[in-house]
Order: sequence, then structure tokens, then C-alpha cells
Amino acid sequence: MRHGLALSILLSAFWLLNSGHYTTLLLFFMVASVVSIVALSHYMDVVDGEGQPLSITFTLPIYLIWLAKEVVLANIAVAKCVWKGKGSISPRTIEVTASQKSDLGKVIYANSITLTPGTVSIDLEDDKILVHALDAESADGLLTGEMDRRVCRVEQ
Amino acid sequence: MMEIILDLVSWIFLLGGSFFCLTGALGLLRFPEFFSRIHAASLTDTLGASMILIGLMFQAGWGLALPKLILILIFSLLAGTTASHAMGKAALKSGMKPLDMQDDGPKDEAEEEQPWKP
Repeated sequence: MRHGLALSILLSAFWLLNSGHYTTLLLFFMVASVVSIVALSHYMDVVDGEGQPLSITFTLPIYLIWLAKEVVLANIAVAKCVWKGKGSISPRTIEVTASQKSDLGKVIYANSITLTPGTVSIDLEDDKILVHALDAESADGLLTGEMDRRVCRVEQ
Repeated sequence: MMEIILDLVSWIFLLGGSFFCLTGALGLLRFPEFFSRIHAASLTDTLGASMILIGLMFQAGWGLALPKLILILIFSLLAGTTASHAMGKAALKSGMKPLDMQDDGPKDEAEEEQPWKP
């Protein structure tokens, strides 16, 4: 019920922000399409805590601010490697452990690794993530486990 | 006065974004193998696209264009990471190995077999 309501509000906001026409006819279309989509999602059995993760609503923004800072720093580091040329990189493959409990947490962690330039998650099995790193610094930065801890905090 | 400042900030972001897109393209050409090249491509994906979209947000001002640009930013970041991961995984599953997981022997032979390579 809670998740269905959240999905309806989100879809209505999406429509209102994208349409820009607020006549009765178009608002009626909005209500009709939102109701049919929520009903369809309900029959597909995807209206749950994984599709609408309400539990991370307030913890996620704090993490995203930290992630944005990390992404900018990593971008600058990789841009330096590009301009210095081939000699400045030493590609390596490492394995890190995702200590999150839920699938959602693991996906957030693996996606954050990929979003940060210099590290790409190329495989996720159980709780082991195979990561390809561009150089020693990006690999070491990941192995300190700070990102892992922060994603764990988002989950709670 | 305010408009000049907004224009200036906007252009700083647009030029910065263009610089990162250019760097990403250069890295794509310079880096030695597939997995390193993904890293170069992610420069264009993240800061390149983000800075250009933020620069456009300053140009757009308060209006319906602003939420649309924010939505484009969110979706492009999500789609970019998912695509990078899918590419890396597909390459790994189809037998391509990162440099440090390769054996040295067969690699040299393979290179000798390509007469067109300079």
C-alpha cells in the first residue's frame, strides 16, 4: 500500500514536470495513466521495497553528496593519466567484498564503483565484486573500504 | 549584471564539460586495451555530461526546462554505469582477459600472426 502510494506520487510528479499543460483533459489523462501503470505493476508483483526503496529516502542524499565529491576527484585523476599517456597507468584486477545485506545495497555499491572513473565493476557474484582498476591509487582507494561502509550506512 | 555572471558560470561549466569529453575521447585512443578504455569512456559519461548539463541548467533558468535537464542527468548517469558494467561483463564472459590475468606465451604469437600490424 505504502509503496503503491509512493509510486503514484512519483509518476504524477514525473508527468506534471514533463508536460507543462495543466488543462482538465490532460490532467484526466495523467490520472488514467498513473492508475493503469500502478495496477499493471501490482499485477507484475513489482510494487515492493526493491522497486520503491522508501527506506533509503533520507540516507541516500547524504551518500550521493559524498559520492559526487569522489567522482569529481577520480575524474581529475584519470584525466591526468590520459594526458600523461600510456606509461602512467598500470591496469589491475582486484576482488572486493560487498558487506551489504540486501541485493539493493550490493547494486548501489557496484554501481558506485563503476560510476567512479578509474574503477569498473565487471562481475558480481554472491558478495564478491570483481573490479578492474586503472592504476594502483584507484585500487588502493577502493580497498580501504570506505565506500563499502558508507553504502552499508545507506541501507540501515 | 546578474545575467553576465550567470552566462559566465554557465560557460565555465560548458567549457569544462567539453574538456572532459575531449579527454575521454583521447583516452579511448591512447589506452592499450579494452578494459582500460572503459575507464576513459567513463570520463565522458560522468563529469563530461554532468558539467555540460549543469551549464545548460544555468542557461535555462527557472522553468520547466530545469527539471527536464535534471532528469536527463539522473538517467544518463544510471544508464552509463549500467552500460559500462554490462560491457565489461560481456567482454569477460566471452573470453577477453584483463592485462594482468593474461598468460604471456600465446599473446606474443597472436601478435606475430597479424602481418598488417605496424
